[in-house]
Amino acid sequence: MRIPGLGNAADNPKHGTPGDDPEHHPRARDGRAPNVMRIGEWVPMRQHRDEDEVDFAVVGTGAGGGTLACRLAEAGFSVVAFDAGPYFRPLEDFASDESHQSKLYWTDERIVDGENPLQMGSNNSGKAVGGSTVHYAMVALRFRPEWFKARTLMGYGADWPIDWREMWHYYDQVEDDLKISGPVNYPWGPHRRRYHRRAHEINAAAKVLARGAEAMGIDWTPTPLATISAPRGDAPPCVYRGFCTLGCSTNAKQSVLVTYLPRALKAGAEIRDLAMVGRIETSNGRATGVHYHREGRWRFQRAKNVVVAGYAIETPRLLLMSANREFPDGLANSSGLVGRNLMVQGNQAVWGVFNEEIRSYKGPPSLAISEHWNYDDKGSGPFAKDFFGGYSYMSQGPLPQLWANTQASAHGLWGEALVAEMQRYNHVAGLKVVSEYMPQERNRVTLSDVKDRYGLPVARITYSWCDNDKALNRHALKFLRQALEAAGGREIWDQGDDTCHLNGTARMGNDKRTSVVDADCRSWDIPNLWICDGSVFPTVGGVNPSLTIQAIALRTADRIFAARGA
Amino acid sequence: MLPRQDLYPGYDVLAKRDGPSWNAKTRAVLDERLAIGPEMRRFFDEAEWMTLKALAARIVPQPADREVPVPVAALVDYKLAIGEHDGYRDATMPDEREAWRQGLRALDAEARAQFGARFHELSTWAQDELLKLAERGELTDAAWASMPSKLFFKHRVLGDVVKAYYAHPTAWNEIGWGGPASPRGYVRMDFDRRDPWEAAEAKPGREDEAYAENLRVGD
Repeated sequence: MRIPGLGNAADNPKHGTPGDDPEHHPRARDGRAPNVMRIGEWVPMRQHRDEDEVDFAVVGTGAGGGTLACRLAEAGFSVVAFDAGPYFRPLEDFASDESHQSKLYWTDERIVDGENPLQMGSNNSGKAVGGSTVHYAMVALRFRPEWFKARTLMGYGADWPIDWREMWHYYDQVEDDLKISGPVNYPWGPHRRRYHRRAHEINAAAKVLARGAEAMGIDWTPTPLATISAPRGDAPPCVYRGFCTLGCSTNAKQSVLVTYLPRALKAGAEIRDLAMVGRIETSNGRATGVHYHREGRWRFQRAKNVVVAGYAIETPRLLLMSANREFPDGLANSSGLVGRNLMVQGNQAVWGVFNEEIRSYKGPPSLAISEHWNYDDKGSGPFAKDFFGGYSYMSQGPLPQLWANTQASAHGLWGEALVAEMQRYNHVAGLKVVSEYMPQERNRVTLSDVKDRYGLPVARITYSWCDNDKALNRHALKFLRQALEAAGGREIWDQGDDTCHLNGTARMGNDKRTSVVDADCRSWDIPNLWICDGSVFPTVGGVNPSLTIQAIALRTADRIFAARGA
Repeated sequence: MLPRQDLYPGYDVLAKRDGPSWNAKTRAVLDERLAIGPEMRRFFDEAEWMTLKALAARIVPQPADREVPVPVAALVDYKLAIGEHDGYRDATMPDEREAWRQGLRALDAEARAQFGARFHELSTWAQDELLKLAERGELTDAAWASMPSKLFFKHRVLGDVVKAYYAHPTAWNEIGWGGPASPRGYVRMDFDRRDPWEAAEAKPGREDEAYAENLRVGD
């Protein structure tokens, strides 16, 4: 059996170049970049010399940087986008294998501490052209409108300097660009446009969520996902292989690698893979370009504007590493907030065993969702809310290595107990939250004394829960346990230690004393320096952040165009 | 706890190797992994190696009658030899390689101090006693230096050893996972449904049916 337009080619990489090794030799060079949609093919790429002063140097090509680079190039700006990671060709480079695909993660050393040290490197950190969108779970959700005024309307965190109605416009745009597959009617929040593709069929693990939600009397829905349910150009619909968080080898996933970046190249942007930016240069209060390491040496790219889009660890790290005589505390840091208010999201879960075969490894991992606790501010009875913020929860589909590691590190099983429990793999289902943790200044990214392979200081990541976070965790685990039990789960246990996503280390705001960038994501201190990733979030909400990062990137592009027109 | 069973009789995920569930890259990656033999060692020295093998046998025990056991220690060695990293370490821990060397030396020192023999020479009962103490962070011999035995056990022992075992097709057979799935993927998504290329679970009294189904997953 062969899937037309896909299987034959993927099984016969005859166009492969001898010695082609994307992890050690850049692919985007010599006037061309990989055509990620076709085996062995290339697309032309405009290139700039280091001494050319380009309009924009963009550091990072993920949800923020890749999306913005595309829009800037399409508006006619000269753009060079840098990424420390490889330029993968999914059809050729992606194996169906958990171990091997860890090549998608940022696994350079980082040091963690605090009362609740974070686990880094896998689900929250990408190192590839396309960033973490290459391995994300594709969950495409909008913020609740009130979250943009969390302080004023809900009494916690900080207000965003952007109005939700404006965000709604940009959410429409990014959902169109990614052809999101979703339900006909979304149960929560104000009216939104119909999704562009039908919702995906839900698997047994998602039906467990549905049963539980219905028993608890709350709404659920098939999850809006950035993987297509009908063909799009060279991309086939999702085949439900279930390796989404390890890279999509068929290109059904609408990552930045296969959406905005091909558009960016077509519009004249240059992408430099395996290019680690180590310092931003300034002169007379303005950024003048970036020092980057590529092909064994340090180089300097001149630029009229610099965009930092490295996500909430690498972005503050770069700003802090760029400290110089003009800016001794690091760039954009007159507020002292660069690196502070690091926010992850709770990713706690309950797991149980079912009489039926579930086989949750089939299909995208999170095919069903409930956002009930993002929109119900009070609750009642045993589920009265005694904390700020909310959470969504989704069905899960861990593959064997992840599942075994969860059973060992979070459930404490090893030896015969572990190997026997693992045999129930096909009968397990779980519910997992994405929950809203509070911004706290003590949670932060700083520079350690340890140096990485480029000779740059390694990031130290300090993280502790506050009482509100702990109260939310308790509520979520209690509710999920009851929902899973109502769905028929037995021998339920709590996974209490997991977190996901990274946000908040360069927050946006209306006041330069309490924020790092303004509403346009432009640094208050350096007028030609922008930040474009999850770092700018003042609060984190109870949904996956990628759609919001991309919506803000589209808005930032429009604000840059408006400034040029003025 | 139910004992380990032959729940998916006759299932061999490798039977699908040349079919539409494995792309060329997957075949290359698994060929490389399956070429790792039980005594392939590049990173650990002889003394560390004996301790690691004994440790692995307690963390992921394998059936005595398994003809070709998963080479767990060699898979861990391989990971460290090629320099694969997790991407983070606790501020109280040395890096992965140093943590492993230090932790195995410390386990051996504890074995000598408490039982008068090296770790791999101890009975499985004594080995488990030491591992339970490490799990609770109660091993504090000077050989641990500043590394907490609890974190060594959690991050290195559980993390690396368990992941090594479940990266192997033999472990996939044991739990009935479908295995690599590109480009074909799956079709039947509902409760109690399996595609013909997925493992069939043996239901009591109907083991023969599962066995027959499992011989066909590569068709």
